[in-house]
Formats: sequence, C-alpha cells, structure tokens
Amino acid sequence: MNALIPLPVIVPLLGAAICMIVAQVRWAQRVVCLLALTSNVVVAIMLLVRVDDDGIVVTQAGGWPAPLGITLVVDRLSAVMLVVSSLMLLSVLVYAIGQGAEESRYAAFNPVYLVLAAGVSASFITGDLFNLFVAFEMMLVASYVLLTLGGRPDQVRAGMSYVVISLVASTFFVTALAVIYAATGTVNMAQLSQRMPDLPIGVSTGFSLLLILVFGIKAGLFPLFFWLPDSYPTASGAITAVFAGLLTKVGVYAIIRTQTLIFPPDAQQGTVLLVLAGLTMLVGVLGALAQDDLRRMLSFHIVSHIGYMIFGLALFTLAGVAGAVFYVVHHIVVKTGLFLVAGLVERRSGSDRLSRVGGLVRSAPMLAVLFALPALSIAGIPPFSGFVGKFALVSAGIDAEDWLIVGVSLAVSLLTVYVMVRIWSDVFWGEPEDPAVVAWIESDDSRVPHVMTAAAAAVVAMTVGLMLFAGPLYNYAERTAAELLAPEGYVESVLGGDGS
Amino acid sequence: MSVLLAFCAAFLFATGTWMLLQRRLSRILIGVGLVGHGSNILLLISGGDGGNSPIIGTADESAFTDPLPQALVLTSIVITFGVTAFLLSLGYRSWRITHDDVVEDDVEDRFIARRRGTDAAVAEETLAERDQAAEEDRL
Repeated sequence: MNALIPLPVIVPLLGAAICMIVAQVRWAQRVVCLLALTSNVVVAIMLLVRVDDDGIVVTQAGGWPAPLGITLVVDRLSAVMLVVSSLMLLSVLVYAIGQGAEESRYAAFNPVYLVLAAGVSASFITGDLFNLFVAFEMMLVASYVLLTLGGRPDQVRAGMSYVVISLVASTFFVTALAVIYAATGTVNMAQLSQRMPDLPIGVSTGFSLLLILVFGIKAGLFPLFFWLPDSYPTASGAITAVFAGLLTKVGVYAIIRTQTLIFPPDAQQGTVLLVLAGLTMLVGVLGALAQDDLRRMLSFHIVSHIGYMIFGLALFTLAGVAGAVFYVVHHIVVKTGLFLVAGLVERRSGSDRLSRVGGLVRSAPMLAVLFALPALSIAGIPPFSGFVGKFALVSAGIDAEDWLIVGVSLAVSLLTVYVMVRIWSDVFWGEPEDPAVVAWIESDDSRVPHVMTAAAAAVVAMTVGLMLFAGPLYNYAERTAAELLAPEGYVESVLGGDGS
Repeated sequence: MSVLLAFCAAFLFATGTWMLLQRRLSRILIGVGLVGHGSNILLLISGGDGGNSPIIGTADESAFTDPLPQALVLTSIVITFGVTAFLLSLGYRSWRITHDDVVEDDVEDRFIARRRGTDAAVAEETLAERDQAAEEDRL
C-alpha cells in the first residue's frame, strides 16, 4: 500500500513524457493525459480511505531512512487535498478539451498540464521542506507556461509580473531554507518539529514569519496578493479555473502544514495571522466590488476567501483548524466551478464585462442554474457547504472570543452576497445593452460545446455533493485538525518510535 | 571564509534588489539573477565551514564537509537557470510585440480607477483603448 504514495507524482510525470513523444497526435495526448489524471483520482481515494482507517502512511523514496532520504508522507490533510485537487484537475482537463482554445492549438498544453498536476501532488505529499520548494517550482514553472501559452500582449505583460513575483518568493524560500538549515541542520519537517523548540524563541519566530512571507505570496495573503487579480484573468477560462481553484490553496496548505507541524506553540504566529486574515478578507471583497470584469471580480474574491482559511488556522484551536480545512476543501471545488461557469458565460455572450452582458437567464437558463448553485454556496446561504464552513469558523471564533475577527468575517460575508447578487443581476437579469453582444448571442459562434457544459456541470454537482455530505466531511476535518494539532504522531510515523 | 561569503551574499542581495525595482525586464532579469545567486551562496554556507570531500574511505569522517547543502544548492541553481531562460524568452516575446521590454501598467486597473471618478468620458476612452488593444491581439 505504501507503494501507492509516490504514484500521484510519478504517473503525471511519466504521462508528460509520453505526451511529449506523441506531440503530433492530439488524441493520443488527450488519452494519456486523461488516463494519468484518472489514475491520480483513484490512487488519491485509495490513500484517503487507508489513511483515515489506519493513520499516517510514510515511504522513503530511494530507500534511505529518514531524515536522510526523500520522505513522502500522506496524512489526513494531504489525503483530502490530493483527492480534491485530482478531481478538479481531471474536470478542468475535460473542460479544456471541450473549449478547444490553448489545448487544441498548442502541443505543449497537455504535458505542461501534467507537470502542474505532478507539482501540486508533490507539494501535498512531501515530508521535507526542500522538496516542498522543488514541488512548488515544478508547479509554478508549469503555471508560467500555461499563463503565457497564448503569447498575447496582455498575457506577456501579466506573465512578466507573475513570474517575477513568484521568483522573488522562491528566492525568499531558498533564503529561508538556508537559514533554517544553518540553525537546525535539517530540512526534514518531522525532524525540524523536534529541533525547533530548542532554538531561542526569537530565532524560531523569525523563521515562522519568513515562511509566512514566502507562502503568503503564493497564497495571495494581504498585503502580498496584488499580483493575483492582475495575472489570473488573462489566461483562458480553463487555466484560470485551475489556477484559482488550486494554486493559492497549495500556498494555504503550506502555511497550515508548516505552522502546525514545525513550530512550537510559542513560535506560532496566531495574532499576526489573525490580523492578516482580517485585512485579506476585507481588501479582497472591496476589490471585487470595484471590478467590471467577471473574472477579475472572481479573482479578487479568491483573495477575500483566503482570509477565511487563515482565520481558522490562526485560532490554533481544534474547531478553528477543522473549519479551515473544511473551508479549503469547499473553496477549491466551488471556486473552480464558478470560474468554469464564468468561462461558459464569456463563450455564450462574447464578453466578460458585467456592464455589457445581460439577460442570460432567458437565453441560457442552464448557465444560470450552473452559476446560481456555487454562487449561493460561496455566499454562505444555508444549506450549502459555504454556510457550514463559515458557521464552523465563526463559532470557533466566538469560542476563542476573538470578537473583532468574527465581526469582520460576518461583514465580509454580507459583502460577498452583494458581489454575487451584482454578478447575477448584471449577467443573468436585464437586457444586454451592447448591440455587439446581442448579435453574438444570436450568432452560431455563441454555441457552447457540450463537453464544456458537462465538465462545468460535474464540478457544480460536486459542490452539491459537498452540501449533501457536509456532515461526514466536517467530521473528517475535525479528525484532520486533531492530527494537525498533535504533530507528535506525524513525527513518530516519519522518524520511527525512537526519533533521532 | 564564511564571513567573506556572507558579505558576498549580502552585496548580491542589495544590488539585486535595486535592479529588481527597475521598470525594464532586462534589468529585472539581472536583478533576479543576482538575488538568486545571493540566496544560493547563503544556502551553500549554511552547512558550515568546508572540509574534506565527503567520500567514505578517503579521509577522516569527522573532517568531512557537509554534502547536503551542496546537493540542495545544485538543485536550486538548476531551477534558477531554467526560470531565467523562461524570463528571457518572455522578454524577447515582449520585444517582438512592442519593441520594448518595459513592464507595462494594467489597462483594466486604469479603467477601474477612472471609472470611479466623475468623468465618464475618460472611462469610455480607456475602455475603447482596451478594446482596441484586444482587437490588435486578434489580428
């Protein structure tokens, strides 16, 4: 069973190699890509079941024992992230095939997409800080290519700032690795967890803040988020959806992992993270309100919701971390769904400007339904999963008596409802004012391929599934949080009983 | 030796940061290179002072240099190299499109900023500017 652990990384990478070989045969590329990602879904689900029953599974790639070898670990958090991310990657691939934009035009799309998948999986299963850096790079380099694949001027412009910002973050990451290694003599996360309490508190706090800076840039935390709404909307619909759903959440995962595992409670940055979380929520949603472009609006909105996840973590209580884990899972699915539907809207009406589009509820009722379900969920309307997530977070905040952050989060969820209502009334109600949009809607070009609609519908169905299975999922999140807040189990699984 | 290298890393960080703040991609690229080298040197000296080459049987094991940072820094150098090559190609693409490599402002940002003002005509103008840019892309 432990042999399964490296598969979510190896299979996509092998698939990428095969895709390069058959670069001239698009259907073969598609088959390989779909097979690789389907295998990831299956492996991830098997790992999830196994981990939830028997506890953490560990393997040492290369046969060297920890802390020398390449440690791969799957615990409850990694397992659930693997399952959700592989499901999203698969659905978005189907959507991209239907969309026929970058995917059918460039032979590079399929292999690079698989490298992205491998990078995302590797970030979730690595038990070693340096390999986390490598996994991040794998994922980011793939995302640079996907973002600029079309080579349009706006993509090149957005790509430049995106690449430079990510590179600066990576440099900070290498710097953090260097100083952490100099102070502790290890980059294995389990061993760091043992050695960090021996350091002076000032040093470990510094490391903690440095890592928050690194992952905060990747996650889009205030005040490091400005690159996100600038770059994401320039890619094509499918690519934006996968970036929006997954990449920032990998940053959030890394913050949760490093803060709970590596640092002792007195070096954990609860207060700093709470302040950042509050500001992230507020600035993100206010930015979203000002936009006129559907995808930019949703991009600002991602930033706002990153704040909720960090808010749950920052409490460092069982209920708070459980809420954060639940929220991450919910947000990946719902946000991917919203972006996929936004892509459909753009396809159907020929524009993604709120001020130009209108009346889609009559011309495309199916789209309206597909948009309404995730929008209601993200706005936190009962009984959707967004409500469960927000309720869990707010009640955790009330238990911890952090009234300010509870107030901010409630105010932000009201504003979120307003954002969603604005999209709904501009895009789906009313009449399109622009004659060009009217002409486009009536023309043949506005037909949305069935494959795209089906892929988006599948993701929306998953958001409904999250609502139906919110109870079991929340219980799972609570077990995850218990595991995260007691890192001794993780350390023991990796290093063996005696430690080192 | 470590002190000298530490100063070297600090110098690279300082000059690299200055270059990163410039507007031209070619300068940013040099900045990225400098800062990247700075962090790589830092990673290299994180293993402590040098010693004998760490091959078992060739020397006293207690006098070995720490091989791990060297392995890490190799990986890191390769990654920096690859990404720098990508940035160069992006700069070349930008030069082909605009005959310039200045990182430009976001048109949409300017549109949003002006839309909030009272001057609706200015907003329309920016929107027209954006559409024209989009039109040019398509050609």
